[in-house]
Amino acid sequence: MAERSFAKEVKKLRHGAGEVFHGEGILAVTKGLLQSGVAYVGGYQGAPVSHLMDVLADSQEILSELGVHFEANGSEATAAAMLSASISYPLRGAVTWKSTVGTNVASDALSNLASAGVIGGTVIIIGEDYGEGASIMQERSHAFAMKSQMWLINPRPNLPKMVDMLEKSFQLSEASNTPLFFQMRIRACHLHGQFETKDNLKPAFTVRDALENPIREADKIILPPFTFLQEKQKIEKRWPAAVDFIKEHNLNELFDGPEKDIGIIFEGGLYNVVIRALQMLGLADSLGDTQIPLYVMNVTYPLIDDQLVVFAQDKKAILMVEEGQPNYIEQSLNKIFNDANLTCKISGKDVLPVSGEYTGQVMKDGLKNFLAKYRPDLVKFDELDASVSALADLKISADALDKAIPARPPGLCTGCPERPFFSAIKMLEKDYGEIHISADIGCNSFGTLPPFQIGNTIMGYGLGAASSSAFSSVRGKRAISIMGDGGFWHNGLTSGIGSAVYNNSDNVFIIVDNGYAAATGGQYIPSSAKSLKEDERKARIQEAVQGVGVKWVRTINSYDIADVKALVHEAMTSHFIGPKVIVIEGECMLNRQRREKPIKAQNIKSGKREIKERFYVESETCTGDHACIRLSGCPSLTIKPNPDVLREDPVAYVDNSCVGCGVCGENSHAAVLCPSFSRAELIFNPTGWDKFKHGLRQSVIGYLQKRADRQRGRISL
Amino acid sequence: MSTSLITKNDINRPITIVISALGGQGGGVLTNWLVSLAEQQGYFAQSTSVPGVAQRTGATIYYLEMFPKSAVKDNGTPPIMALMPLSGDVDLVVAAELMEAGRAVQRQFVTPNKTTLVASTHRVFSIAEKMAMGDGTGDSETVLRAAEEAAQNFIAFDMESLAAETGCVISSILFGAIAGAGVLPFGRESFEEAIRAEGKMVDINLKGFAAGFAAAESPYQEEIALPPVAGEITGNPNGPEAQARIDRINRLPDAAREFAYAGAQKLLDYQDLDYVDDYLDTLEEIAAQDQAPFDLSRELARYLALWMAFDDTIKVADIKTRSERVRKYRAEVRAKDDQIVNMVEFMHPRLEEIVGSLPIGLARRVEKSPLLTRLFEKFTGPRLMDTTKLSSFLMLYFMASLRRIRRKTLRFHQEHAAIDGWLDRVRRALSQDNALAVELVRCQRLIKGYGDTHERGMRNFNAIMSVFDQSGGKLQAARVSVLRDAALADEEGETLKKELAA
Repeated sequence: MAERSFAKEVKKLRHGAGEVFHGEGILAVTKGLLQSGVAYVGGYQGAPVSHLMDVLADSQEILSELGVHFEANGSEATAAAMLSASISYPLRGAVTWKSTVGTNVASDALSNLASAGVIGGTVIIIGEDYGEGASIMQERSHAFAMKSQMWLINPRPNLPKMVDMLEKSFQLSEASNTPLFFQMRIRACHLHGQFETKDNLKPAFTVRDALENPIREADKIILPPFTFLQEKQKIEKRWPAAVDFIKEHNLNELFDGPEKDIGIIFEGGLYNVVIRALQMLGLADSLGDTQIPLYVMNVTYPLIDDQLVVFAQDKKAILMVEEGQPNYIEQSLNKIFNDANLTCKISGKDVLPVSGEYTGQVMKDGLKNFLAKYRPDLVKFDELDASVSALADLKISADALDKAIPARPPGLCTGCPERPFFSAIKMLEKDYGEIHISADIGCNSFGTLPPFQIGNTIMGYGLGAASSSAFSSVRGKRAISIMGDGGFWHNGLTSGIGSAVYNNSDNVFIIVDNGYAAATGGQYIPSSAKSLKEDERKARIQEAVQGVGVKWVRTINSYDIADVKALVHEAMTSHFIGPKVIVIEGECMLNRQRREKPIKAQNIKSGKREIKERFYVESETCTGDHACIRLSGCPSLTIKPNPDVLREDPVAYVDNSCVGCGVCGENSHAAVLCPSFSRAELIFNPTGWDKFKHGLRQSVIGYLQKRADRQRGRISL
Repeated sequence: MSTSLITKNDINRPITIVISALGGQGGGVLTNWLVSLAEQQGYFAQSTSVPGVAQRTGATIYYLEMFPKSAVKDNGTPPIMALMPLSGDVDLVVAAELMEAGRAVQRQFVTPNKTTLVASTHRVFSIAEKMAMGDGTGDSETVLRAAEEAAQNFIAFDMESLAAETGCVISSILFGAIAGAGVLPFGRESFEEAIRAEGKMVDINLKGFAAGFAAAESPYQEEIALPPVAGEITGNPNGPEAQARIDRINRLPDAAREFAYAGAQKLLDYQDLDYVDDYLDTLEEIAAQDQAPFDLSRELARYLALWMAFDDTIKVADIKTRSERVRKYRAEVRAKDDQIVNMVEFMHPRLEEIVGSLPIGLARRVEKSPLLTRLFEKFTGPRLMDTTKLSSFLMLYFMASLRRIRRKTLRFHQEHAAIDGWLDRVRRALSQDNALAVELVRCQRLIKGYGDTHERGMRNFNAIMSVFDQSGGKLQAARVSVLRDAALADEEGETLKKELAA
């Protein structure tokens, strides 16, 4: 049960020849896979390709009709290893993950795959998380393509081009016996557009065909003497074959223009932003007809040397637009032009920023810098200057505005089961002082942000446990490692817990079991209550931990804050030497609400007794210190202006999004906060007994309240 | 109202739209409506988004471009449309929250020569604003003024409230406001048609649309802050006794009256008319030594009332048992008229609080006797009290009735000793420097809450008071203000410690 259902949209995947598809980039790519006769697909979720996994999971029916095998792989390494099916069989396969992190995880299998080579078209769709809002370190997948000799497709971001390039990618992979990356940026994944569809193709050769006729090719195995032969083959056969295919099928595109003494070379994914920058300077029209010749690399690796030489030979300068660093392509161009004795100057990172996203503004400024160097006569106007320069005259300065606007960091969702756990740790830190905590990737990463600020390092998905290894033999104040259940199954069980057992680590390991890979949208994992195919858990974290030899392990409900605090305290102070593992259970509230809300609503409608809970803060007893918020950070626990004219500080306030998870109450008890919190229990369809009791109580309470009101009313000012 | 975008000189530019929305505000739905609207009206439309972990309290930025098919050859070849907004090149910015509007201005998406900014003026507070120990909220006024200046047209109103009134989501109000702004080259009916085409909750969305449309027709008007209340307080006295206190308040300096009246009301509600007199006695005494503009009188009227109405168990029990509280409570949790609602209070009385509400003699004895201490400890600790149940209600009702003996309680004695110490310092300061007295009065703001929070506040307050005590008459008013801000900077008291050492 993922966060977003594509059940409705996947019907579009059945479109046949000549129909027009409207929808998101991610669905278009899925359609492209089906049109290419893919035999098996898989991957691991992570923005921006989480939805690709969700789409595939929601299209099981169509996939099985076509005989396509789908698998939600356990990690990116699993997905990459699955591609070995295409080494000796003519099976077309595709997997997806987030790059560069997923590529790093997959790298062992990928290197072997690239060395052995493939005969079935093999495509890895990588979602690039570069630039604004990125949640990972900013590196280039390009480096991996170069060192493993895999091709890197970076198509112009419009739907027809992306689908066409995906189909060509399978052909290129087969023509050159090489697996390749198909790179998509976040905006391309979420791009809404349209394209004309073709019929879906059943795979010509299926996984069943392969199993019935196994083929073993000893020379595809990575052992001497074949390793070096494979290396030779990469250089002597596969590379030239790829270059030939790319040239023959015009995968890279040339858009000519009248100003022939200069040109721009760029990665395909940057096409729209380059055109917009040209438009802003009056050098291209709305359809993209350009004054300056453009060479668009829909394939950014390998480079096609002779095309580049032909493009540059009559020019005095070209601008190489390449995002991120190092500037591998720009460096290669120097070598290529030098070998060809060209006098063409190469501009790139000299006029554009070395690092960071090439947004429209950045691109336009870089282009202007380039033109100022080589063709200042072409800079006649700048559409943006007039707009932006007017802002300098505003009465409110940019600085004043910056001060007025608070940052809005992400945080845990309303009712999140991880919040009470972080509250408990924060309370513990009041007693202990700060603790060294290795954090992990996933929802629990948000614990490192305000209001909790818990966690010293994040080293990678499932590596929270392993990250505290250096501190594992110190007998004294113990280090804590945190992992989510997603990270635990991804690799944390072996890299972290197994290793801790082997080394007799004395640390405390906390595994937060919310039931899903929640941060990427609630995908299923081995310990999910409902797996993809069966109605029960396939694996339990506590049993898995015991299975690798942990003797001290406890499982606890996250919402019992006082108990969680006591248990973590026990683990921190226990005389037991060896890894101490605590599994903190609490189902992801988003998923739980998705499941329970409709049932509750239905029950209320059909007259069944139901209780809805939510919290309430008494404005009159709240004094505006916000200690409750510093321990919680729940979106529904917010503030409002103080209703008391005498008081200045805003009061806490629970808005209507509260799901009544109970953390506010638990915190106010465990941390001895103020008496302002109250839990409202709204009873729907009360029974006769409910009504009778209520009536009886109300008669007494109402009488006393009226009496008090009367007394108070005697004097008023 | 501006002219339609389609009449722009440069037909070759697409219409560019940025939408900024927080999780749950329906930015995706709004984007879909706009795309479907444009496509129906013979436009190429492209949209994309960068979700800033929106579900997890971040903001998502949606970007749309629209281009008339009639402007290209054979209505066929689509134009090249961008995937992200350029600073200075956005026609319409839609912000579903005020600070997100501010951020759009910050990023230069809003420019005076071309941008219409449609924004909701309500606030969704960020964690940094919420967790401050005092008031950490952003500066809405500056953002509103900057937005109004930066935009060509600025349409802003509280869409959250309008949505709540209408019973719809904010996205339909926004869609109506966009239509009402009249900047897109499409008629009202075609907007409504897009809602129908989407087919989800059509009636309620159309209602929201209509409300947003109507609200957008009146341009944004800066709210003019009301001048401070001046002149006579009439109040609502019900008899000569009450009138006499109103008259006393009206004899105070003009600047102090508003707070003095609110303070007197608070203390009457808290205790009785005699207590109000105690309050007014002090105010009159200090006001007589004050001078224009009477900041001291005004601030003392505020903080003395707050301190005198300190939060003891009697007050808490009283608040929780009132009929008026039940009404407010039920309205806030949206209970239906005759719905049964249990109200379960989270109480955590500590021994200090229980003992504090005992008469001073008894309290001292309890403090000395281990046996009595153990007995009273039975009433401490975390407990849930449902005030709709008789047992809990009666217990709290009884606690509230202890108001009659409040003046005799230990807590009252302790608080008033502290208040007297504070007032003495204020008097001493006043003889040197009026501004210093004002700052000392303002330090009362630090004392608030219960339990640890109260102790921390008291500790910080006392630390500043002892700076005054040891200053030998040389303390600057500004220094007190700096120390007070430092006390509110962090819970652990690090900033104050550093500032005190400085």
